[in-house]
Amino acid sequence: MKVLVTVSEVADVDDEFEIDGLEIDSRYLTYDLNEWDNYAVEEAVQLDEESEEEVEVVTATIGPERTEETIRQALAKGADRAIRVWDDSLADASVLDPITKATILAAVVEEEDPDLVLTGVQTGDYAFGATGVALASQIDYGWGAVVNYLDYEVGDDTAEVHRELEGGVEELAEIRLPAVLTIQTGINEPRYASLRGIRQAQSKPLDAHGLEDLGLSADELPLDLELTDLEVPEVESDVEFFEGGAEEEAAQLADLLRDKGVAS
Amino acid sequence: MAVLAVAEHRRGDLRDPSFEVLTAGRELADAAGTELHVVVTGGDVDAFAEDLNREGVDAIHTVDYGEEFNAEVAVQAVDQLAADGEFEHVVVPNTVNGLGSAPAIAQRLGRPIATDAIGVDVDEGLIITRELYGGKTEGTIAVDGPAAVVTVRPGEWPAAEGAGDAAIEAADVDIDEGAIGTTVTGFQEVGAGDVDITEAEVLVSVGRGIEEEENIVLIQALAEALDATVSASRPIVDNEWLPKDRQVGQSGKVVTPDVYIAIGISGAVQHVAGMKGSDTIVAINTDPSAPIYDIADFGIEDDLFDVVPALIEEFGGDVPDF
Repeated sequence: MKVLVTVSEVADVDDEFEIDGLEIDSRYLTYDLNEWDNYAVEEAVQLDEESEEEVEVVTATIGPERTEETIRQALAKGADRAIRVWDDSLADASVLDPITKATILAAVVEEEDPDLVLTGVQTGDYAFGATGVALASQIDYGWGAVVNYLDYEVGDDTAEVHRELEGGVEELAEIRLPAVLTIQTGINEPRYASLRGIRQAQSKPLDAHGLEDLGLSADELPLDLELTDLEVPEVESDVEFFEGGAEEEAAQLADLLRDKGVAS
Repeated sequence: MAVLAVAEHRRGDLRDPSFEVLTAGRELADAAGTELHVVVTGGDVDAFAEDLNREGVDAIHTVDYGEEFNAEVAVQAVDQLAADGEFEHVVVPNTVNGLGSAPAIAQRLGRPIATDAIGVDVDEGLIITRELYGGKTEGTIAVDGPAAVVTVRPGEWPAAEGAGDAAIEAADVDIDEGAIGTTVTGFQEVGAGDVDITEAEVLVSVGRGIEEEENIVLIQALAEALDATVSASRPIVDNEWLPKDRQVGQSGKVVTPDVYIAIGISGAVQHVAGMKGSDTIVAINTDPSAPIYDIADFGIEDDLFDVVPALIEEFGGDVPDF
């Protein structure tokens, strides 16, 4: 069995930052493995560990060479090999939209023919939350969005999942394979890579592809979303700050709380 | 031409975002100078259609197939309804089921998708406003092409009200049962523990800023000193530092205590959705740009590891080692 996991590198923004045109000034960005994808990788690796059958875990990333460091993190946690797709023209796009990403990932799926595709529910930066389901539709797989429990016996035709709906309710569903599941945080406890894992990751295959290698061309990608403005939202806050150091602030808050009848 | 809004329901009831999407859809239809249609799939579609027949809705298409909202049924229905080009923009709630169907709708129709809009407009094409980078920035996104799919954030538009005079009709769509790969087998309530945070008058709520599981005792000590109940934001529950029945937010509980003290919580929209109805909101967070301060009444922009022990002492409690 083969599981394909999509792995994104996302930019985390410092508390204090500046906007430069349509981008956040890169001095305030830290790049890391997308939090949701971390859970997806862990879920795939656990499928492999818990099964007596051979499960190959392959990661797929859309990103420039810089992302290989992040991809190695996934390999260090137990993925078997990695695929990275990039074209310099993609760097010019202000937004990599879900349909474009799904188009590229669909070409990877065509090559790899996985039984199961796991994606994070969303990325931490743009948070479209749409690529996994768009991908499923494109490759004609079944799908389940926002999965926070997965019970799958390798070789079975269906997977049993829980989908996390709003308001503390989960939907229980059976999903026919092949399928794409978008994985929610909390589904498992992602491991930290061991030193041995980190060492092994250095020698695991990480294949870089251009769009042409996958039968795609930059001109044919949808790229239909364009960022035209980026700003810090106007805050309508009327918060009253207590000031004067921790002791003094705590004393003022204590007065307020007593006034509200707390602990009385 | 028209705008098509997609309604969703669960266990026999239309969900609130289904009425909000009518308002957003009407706004878009007005901007484009077209009609607003609605589609509802599954469940008691006749009753749902009656309920969705509110001011501003021009037509309602019903698809009587199955009991519960099934994303794949909705996708097939919208695909067939919209394939003839009658609908330019499709508007879907940005909910779990909305995000489980809208991207596939867009893909099938060969249209772009933009999600989680907090504002919509039409110029050459669709223009949306949405948050980026966890609410730290707001972006304007222009969507290329004459027709698009957009999901709209719950709570951003008021629910449509008033009686409409929409034409209600069973849609002429043919659902391919063999193509549906998902069977909904049931629902379950999560985190039915012995503590009900929705009943608490005072909540001391802890988030990622607490850093380590060992530090949770500090929050528990404060709650004890204040005679309050401990709740948490999502990362704390994901890490299993506190049980799921303590989670406040979109996927957890909605709480409305007299006093809500948010400690080390940034205030992501999913969290705020669960606590914005609190009478008095106090936030303790070192990050001045944290969105929690947008809705807090009182704030302390200081290190929680200094403030919380001082506060415990103010109320005569014991400060634990942390």
